Amino acid sequence: MDRETSRRKFLQTAAAGLGLGAVITVAPAHATPAAMEDAIRRVVGSARVSKGRVKLELPPLSENGNTVPLTVSVESPMTPADHVRAIHVFTELNPQPDVVSFRLGPRAGLARVATRIRLANTQTVTAIGELSDGSFWSATAAVVVTLAACLEDA
Amino acid sequence: MANALVNVPARARRGEVIEIKTLISHPMETGYRRSQLGTPIPRDIIRLFVCTYNGTEVFRAELHPAIAANPFFVFSTVATESGTLAFQWTGDNGFSATESATITVD
Repeated sequence: MDRETSRRKFLQTAAAGLGLGAVITVAPAHATPAAMEDAIRRVVGSARVSKGRVKLELPPLSENGNTVPLTVSVESPMTPADHVRAIHVFTELNPQPDVVSFRLGPRAGLARVATRIRLANTQTVTAIGELSDGSFWSATAAVVVTLAACLEDA
Repeated sequence: MANALVNVPARARRGEVIEIKTLISHPMETGYRRSQLGTPIPRDIIRLFVCTYNGTEVFRAELHPAIAANPFFVFSTVATESGTLAFQWTGDNGFSATESATITVD
């Protein structure tokens, strides 16, 4: 084997390795810990949760996990016939998966709420919108937390 | 004791979607922290926030320890009629606070 081909071979193997590595690192981001899954099931019941319609805004990097701004909006006309009944927020690595549940109705006019939450770790946050027709929609956002909540004094 | 701030527009057109902001001073002690002596600090949080518009509930939030200290909420409602928006926070250890704001709808 001359030098040229071995170099090519090496690069190909390296590229393949990188690709595989990327697949492996991406996969766990979608695997949600069981506790969060249970908490979601308690709210949703046996209904199916589809992706989309919900927009979850969180900073990608948060320096202080004690107060992380969060905005959730759901696409909805907010009429008595078709509106958002509730918005639930869950985390996967906080001591408790539940964060907050907002109850709204057609009187809200706009399905958009904002608050500030605590994050104990770098993790994925899930928001679920419950619509008046009984369907559930979700969105997730990953946040990198440098100073974790619960461990340090606020 | 409890210091609450609410931001509601003083005037609005009928049918307009108005934005409401509320802030209340509260430590929201999670119950997961320990004191310097190693004893757990008991949980002390606000569990429920309700906003009513002339007696009709328009918004409700069920809080858990993962809400940051001094709970802050932004939400919206449709300005239907002139009247009062009442806000109520209730929580652990008998915590209760109320605040209200008036709105003129023309």
